[in-house]
Order: sequence, then C-alpha cells, then structure tokens
Amino acid sequence: MNILVCVKQVPDTTEIKIDPHSNTLIRTGVPSILNPFDAYALEMAVRLKEKNGGTVTAISMGPEQAKNVLKECLSVGADQAFLVSDRIFGGSDTLATSYILSAAICKLGEFDVIFCGKQAIDGDTAQVGPELAEHLDIAQVTYVVEVEATDRILTVLREIDERYEKIETQIPTLLTVNKTAFEPRYPTVKSKLTANRTTINTITSADLDLDLTRIGLKGSPTKVKKTFVPVQRKKGLRIMENSGRQSAIRLVEVLLDAKII
Amino acid sequence: MHTFESYKHIWIFIECQAGTPKKVGLELLSPGRELANKCGEKLIAVIIGENTQQIAKDAISYGADEAIAVTGKAYHSYSTDAYSHALTTLVEKYKPSVLLLGATGNGRDLAPRIACRLKTGLTADCTALAMDEESGNVAWTRPAFGGNLMATISCPDCRPQIGTVRPGVFRCAEYDRSRTGTVIEEDIPIEPYFIRTKVLEIIQSMSKEEVNLEEAKIIVSGGRGLGDPKNFVIIQQLADVFGGAVGSSRAAVDAGWISHAHQVGQTGKTVQPQLYIACGISGAIQHVAGMSSADTIIAINKDPEAPIFKVADYGVVGDLFEIIPVFVEEIRRLRETL
Repeated sequence: MNILVCVKQVPDTTEIKIDPHSNTLIRTGVPSILNPFDAYALEMAVRLKEKNGGTVTAISMGPEQAKNVLKECLSVGADQAFLVSDRIFGGSDTLATSYILSAAICKLGEFDVIFCGKQAIDGDTAQVGPELAEHLDIAQVTYVVEVEATDRILTVLREIDERYEKIETQIPTLLTVNKTAFEPRYPTVKSKLTANRTTINTITSADLDLDLTRIGLKGSPTKVKKTFVPVQRKKGLRIMENSGRQSAIRLVEVLLDAKII
Repeated sequence: MHTFESYKHIWIFIECQAGTPKKVGLELLSPGRELANKCGEKLIAVIIGENTQQIAKDAISYGADEAIAVTGKAYHSYSTDAYSHALTTLVEKYKPSVLLLGATGNGRDLAPRIACRLKTGLTADCTALAMDEESGNVAWTRPAFGGNLMATISCPDCRPQIGTVRPGVFRCAEYDRSRTGTVIEEDIPIEPYFIRTKVLEIIQSMSKEEVNLEEAKIIVSGGRGLGDPKNFVIIQQLADVFGGAVGSSRAAVDAGWISHAHQVGQTGKTVQPQLYIACGISGAIQHVAGMSSADTIIAINKDPEAPIFKVADYGVVGDLFEIIPVFVEEIRRLRETL
C-alpha cells in the first residue's frame, strides 16, 4: 500500500502571547511544531502500513526550515520525505496550496491513501485536504478517527458533530484525520539519528508543470484584508463565600440579577 | 475592477439530516437576509435531501425569498460526491454571487470540494459577515491561531464567494408564516458509480446524552477536577436542569472518562453557547480556544489561581462537589416556582 501523509509546520499557537501595547501577536520565540492533527494522521498512516505493508511518504509545503518536521516524520515511521518549496509559492491560500501540492503529488507517483490532519492549528481552515482530493479527483472522508483496509476498500470511522459514521471508501482516497484514541509514538535515539541522516529532496516550481496564474499571493482567490486581536473579556466576578453551599446560593443570586437564568 | 453582472443573489445551503434541517442553516438566513437587502438581491435557500418542500417553506418563513430543492434517492444521506455534484451543478446554472454554508462537519467537507471545482475562494468558520455594496464583495471575518487572532478575508476576483459560518453565531429570525415564495424543483440525476463512499452505519454517540455541542445553547463541562469518571453524573445533572449538553476538557477525555465527541477545545470542538459552565477545568489555553466566545462563562474550581478564572464572567472558587448539588437544587426550585 502506497501511503502519503501531508504535514505542515505550524507555530505552537498555545505559546502565542499578545503584546498589550500594540495589541498584536508576538510571534518571535514561538516554537514551530508538527501540526498536532498531522501527527495523528501520520501515526494512523504508519499503523496502516505496519498492518498491510507498503511505504509511507511524508510531504510538506513551506520554507526550508519545514524540513525539521519532515525529519520528525522520518523518525516516527515515514520511509521518505519531500519538501515542496519555492519563493513563488509564498502567500498561497488554500486553493493555490492544494493545487501546488496536487502537482507535486502527481510527480511523485500514484498513492492509494493520502492522509492529512483535519486542519492546521494556525489557519484552522480544514480546506487543503478536501481541495487536494478535488484536484486529484479522488474520494475523500473527513474527520476520520479509525481506518481498516481490506483489499481495495477502506472502512473508516468518521466523527462529526454529534455522531460517528462508519464509511466505506474506494482506493485511491484522501482521509483527513481528527484526534484519535491513540497517541502518536515517540522517536527513539536511533530513529532520530537515522532521520537526521536521511536526505530530504526539495521539489520546486521548476520540477512541476504549474499554471503560474494559480499560485502564490496573486494566484489566490482569497485575500487577507486585515487581522486584529479579538476583544479581551473584561474581568469577571469572583465568588468565594464561607462554604460551597453559600457560594452556590450567591451564584444563583447574581445570575438572576444579570438575567442569565 | 471586475464586473460580475451574471452573478446574482445570496444563497444559503440548508443542510438536512433525515429530512430535518440543521439549525445553523436556518440561522444563516438572518445574515443572508441582511446581505441580500444591502445589495438589492434575492435570498435563496438551497435544500438537498428529503422532505424538501416543508423545509423550503420553513426557509421562506425564516426570511428566504425563494428556494431551490433537489431530491432523489442518491441524496437521502450525505455523500461528498453526490452533494458536491448537485451543488456545483446548481451554482453553474444559476450563478449566485454569494454562497453560505453552516460550518458543520458536512458543511466543511462539502464547501472546499465545490470551491475547488468552481476555482473560487472559500473562507472557513466565519463569525461575522459584512458587505461592500459597491463591489459586492463580502468581508468574511474569522478566528485563526486558535482564536488568538481574527482575520477579515475577501474574494474580490472570483464568483461565487463562498464561506462556511460557525453555528450559534447568528440567531434565527422570527418565523413568519405569512411569507410566500417560489420553490424550484431541480432534478439532478447521478450515476451510483459516481459516489465513491458509502455510509455503512450511523452510530449515535455511545452515551444517550446530548452531545451536539456546536448547536447547544448551554454547555456544562467537566474536567480533571471531577477526579473520577463516575462523577460526570453531577455534570449531567447540572446540564439536565438547564436542558444543556455535556462537554469536557481534554484531560477528562485522555483519562478515558468520556468520549472525544464531548471534548471542547483545540483538538475537540469549538463552541459558542449562550452559557458555558466549566467545572473542575483548569482552563489551559487549548480549552479556552474552544469556548471563549460563549456569551457567558461560569467557572467552578477549587484553585483560585486556575487560568479558567481569567475568562470567566462568574468565577466560583470552591469544591465543585459542594457547590454543584446546591446549584442544581436551587435552579430546580426556581424552575418549579416559575
């Protein structure tokens, strides 16, 4: 089984702080990490390979430093990794990004299953996966938490809204992965060393037959007009009476006063 | 400056499940109405599935001018292939200027698929919409970076402009039975082999409690402070008196106390209820990212330094096992006297 995992290097959004004077995000010093949902996707891919045989290829689009997350992928089960990188890809929105990725994937060959995280924690769009499936004209299932393969059919468990769906999908297919019941494995010292020695090839625009009007900032249909920090909530009311009972009664009183209940 | 003369009207895709519309679809008729009024165009509801006549009538009563309905065996349950085919076919035929979908699981599965097929821009999970009358461009505002940053996006060079909108952000308009409008029936055949996925089984969440957190008006969440999975019973009791849903922190899910379907936060669900009650939840930023846009937040925690108190409108410091039973009892008594 030929498996591909698309990953993204993202800033650890839990480490982001807001500059109280300029009211903007402080990005310096924020560590870059493998997008957490991509880590679940990779783990699911590696488990699928371990059960059914085959190879796992990791691919990422981003600047040179994104090779760090690809090395991480190599250290926890990916067999090979490619970086898609070019200055002219900068500023691409989800449509342009998925277009470039689809071209790179076609160049790498045919894949039975393509895994993506359900969304990246920086953009939170959840769009690149389905848009990639559309460019490649293959089936998709989003929000997957379990997968099993029998021959050319995958049976997956999809978690959406208030329920689960058991879905059968044909190969080739693209799955976007939600948080799973299992945690991604850790690398060993040996696997880290091996990963560090593995060459990660870079795919640039010169390697791909791209319509240049569909990539980068100019080729992106959506434009960011402005960004701003959301209004912070004002300080709340603290309730701490002499006992839990009294606190509960006080809470009900203030909620009634504020017409919340 | 582009002219998009052939692209007109505001469309709302009303997602249905087993012949019932998802609430967010009806909610979207409210901002849709405003956009339509602003540019002097029609508001049109698009319904794919079963029982479309009744849902179309409801959509018109909630503010739509017209509705387009697609029925057929292939559309009884959602599939990416059938629904993207139907919706793309309709868009290509009628050329709407704007298309809104609810940011539900299926809405976010469908929207990127059609945006890509139509080679147009899509903005996900919006929480505010505005329109520039002159250009007809929608200003889509959405949270990013786990709610730490808001971005306003536009799609000036392509039509239709497509966006998914977070459930619970807008309120349904008053139901006006006297409103009337045309319902256009569209027959969009699709070959079975074209549908590459098949739903084998729908499994309602393992527990009977309501976990439709995205649509819940009131959510009561429990965290590590509960100490034991059994203690989710008191969270359930509090949710019951409010007619609300049960949520949880990641810590409680990771401990195996409750299923991931209940998890609120960065690797769980993003919710926007009128009232959110966090019980025994410390308030890690990952959790706060999923619930900070609730209208009112109550936190109950014994640690006065817990970060959850930074976002709480009402922070109760104390033992949740003492506080919640009395809270439940008091609310019950109030309900009885009303």
